[in-house]
Amino acid sequence: MRHIISVLMENEPGALSRVVGLFSQRNFNIESLTVAPTEDETLSRLTVTTIGDDRVVEQITKQLNKLIDVVKVVDLTEGDHLERELMMIKMKANNGTVRAEIKRTADIFRGTIIDVTPNTFTVQLVGSSSKLDAFIEALGTSNIMEVVRSGVSGIARGEKVLTL
Amino acid sequence: MELLSGAEMVVRALRDEGVKYIYGYPGGALLHIYDAIFTQEEVEHVLVRHEQAATHMADAYARATGKAGVALVTSGPGATNAVTGIATAYMDSIPMVVITGQVMSHLIGEDAFQETDMIGVSRPIVKHSFSVQRPEEIPEIIKKAFHIAESGRPGPVVVDIPKDMTTPTERYEYEYPKSVKMRSYNPISKGHTGQIKKAVDMLLAAKRPVIYTGGGVIMGNASQELTALAQELGYPVTNTLMGLGGYPGTDKQFIGMLGMHGSYEANMAMHHSDMILAVGARFDDRVTNGTDKFCPTAKIVHIDIDPASISKTIKADVPIVGPAQAVLKEMLEQVQAAKKAPCADSMKLWWEQIEEWRARHGGRYKTDDSELMKPQQVIEMLSKVTNGDAYVCSDVGQHQMFAAQYYKFNKPNRWINSGGLGTMGFGLPAAMGVKMNFPEEEVVCVTGEGSIQMNIQELSTISQYDIPVKVICLNNQSLGMVRQWQDMNYESRHSQSYMKSLPDFMKLVESYGHVGIKVERYEDLEGAMREAFAMKDRMVFMDIAVDPFEHVYPMQVPRGSMRDMWLSKTERT
Repeated sequence: MRHIISVLMENEPGALSRVVGLFSQRNFNIESLTVAPTEDETLSRLTVTTIGDDRVVEQITKQLNKLIDVVKVVDLTEGDHLERELMMIKMKANNGTVRAEIKRTADIFRGTIIDVTPNTFTVQLVGSSSKLDAFIEALGTSNIMEVVRSGVSGIARGEKVLTL
Repeated sequence: MELLSGAEMVVRALRDEGVKYIYGYPGGALLHIYDAIFTQEEVEHVLVRHEQAATHMADAYARATGKAGVALVTSGPGATNAVTGIATAYMDSIPMVVITGQVMSHLIGEDAFQETDMIGVSRPIVKHSFSVQRPEEIPEIIKKAFHIAESGRPGPVVVDIPKDMTTPTERYEYEYPKSVKMRSYNPISKGHTGQIKKAVDMLLAAKRPVIYTGGGVIMGNASQELTALAQELGYPVTNTLMGLGGYPGTDKQFIGMLGMHGSYEANMAMHHSDMILAVGARFDDRVTNGTDKFCPTAKIVHIDIDPASISKTIKADVPIVGPAQAVLKEMLEQVQAAKKAPCADSMKLWWEQIEEWRARHGGRYKTDDSELMKPQQVIEMLSKVTNGDAYVCSDVGQHQMFAAQYYKFNKPNRWINSGGLGTMGFGLPAAMGVKMNFPEEEVVCVTGEGSIQMNIQELSTISQYDIPVKVICLNNQSLGMVRQWQDMNYESRHSQSYMKSLPDFMKLVESYGHVGIKVERYEDLEGAMREAFAMKDRMVFMDIAVDPFEHVYPMQVPRGSMRDMWLSKTERT
């Protein structure tokens, strides 16, 4: 099963490499990973999506918690949560039909065209990973020149927060 | 406030931490620190002949005392030579602080002379590591390093210090912190009372219980609490390789080591048990054998200070996170307060069964199939000559298993071996580390002619510091454990397991100024061993010729259950 694990950790050199190293060392899988400082500059928030059965995910959260730099760990998928990923996708758009098709599909997915040249469109899209996948599928891969995705960020619904 | 250079702060902080010995080897990146060592007398430096030995000495000191040992190695090759020792400590959860020199800050990343990214190299084998960025932070980093190494589930900590952090001419205010507080690191100090209650109910309802304990009881200083609880309940106790000495080895409730080379009765009792109380043990693959067949009828209570050890390989029915000492103490109080006692009839039947197993195989080996001395006989003699009271530091291989099986440890912290990593070459430096700190105690290195050659250069360190350890070398002229597996699984094709051109160990040790005794017949063994131990102030190397064809039994059948064992070359369960 897919899990979104959020980690609050010390914003210190080497902290990220300990987290990434842990995953490779213990043969845990990483689907995506994002990290950035929080409003408290001494803390970073890292979000990792991973796939594993209950035993593996329990080990992942326990092993993450053991890292000295890690302050808190939460498996967001255990409760109601929001997940968002940003994608920028550059596509061949060299005739009217294709341009109209991309524009229409982007509108349906609530995407924005953020760069235009005579031969290309670059679309920005925000949503869950599966929505982003669906957009790529809807357009077909033949016109895609480049895809860049931010990896998943997640936050719990309601009043639950991950802070110190 | 006193002004000190970074180099002086390193040495002063170690002194203020109560460190007596540091084990190390100098080099370019450490010259400022070595100069600071030279100008004081409180912290004594022990110069090894290879950095690996420094880490093993520090490690063994920690195993014997529970306090972090300290190693000091230079950048690059000095640091990488220490890697095996750090990994050894990590696998066995041993507290250790390893200070590594580093090239000057401005050269880091430029492939400078003797540069290695030691933080990166050591990352998977440390509990934590620090890289010093400013000299002023040295006291706090060293305090934190000791705190992290020794608390919770212990482990090695690396402190990497670029040379320019120790410049003698730059001085800073020095104050050693009395304590440290870290928001992200708060080791647990007691177990959950409700969980302990559940465990006690299960313990008292058990009909075929086994108490299975590991290194967590030794490093957690919980041997007394374990013994008191086990004796209150009257339940059988088995120890892992790392846990030997946690429960008195000669007590009738002790059923031996368990696992791959565990006793017949311990493995049988585990397999047939209905309730296992696991304390400070991690259900390692050398204990469980095939996890899918592991103890099919047992409910499991697992006490461990590290939550990640619980339900990692074997699911626990009642997990209890906490230090072994505190949890066992509370458990005993609850058992004593309980209205119920263990079921006497069930326990009578269970003990009868265990005694039957014990009588059927318990600690058996043949002496009549060869004229040569059996390695087991040597260990039994060692146990007799030292009254089971020595610090036994072992290398890795058949001799290690024989020592674990036949030396009866009645006290904790006296069996010192590389259990998790299985590091050949550990034994001699480990014995040195213990002997320097316990000069009045008998300290023995049990080794083989293979392992001893992996750190044989330390015979020189022994001369320099007069460390009168006794080496018991079980010489079977082959890498015995490799050979045993080749006998059992590769139709005796002894690929590279035969040691040709062994040195004349007598001449070798004599050249370093030590005493060598060669023993070839069993009749001479006791006399020779007593003679060796009578030489209190000399290092004695006993080269003892043993049967090269002997195997370690019992041996579990791979991927089987705990009860699937070879009991000799021809019998299996």
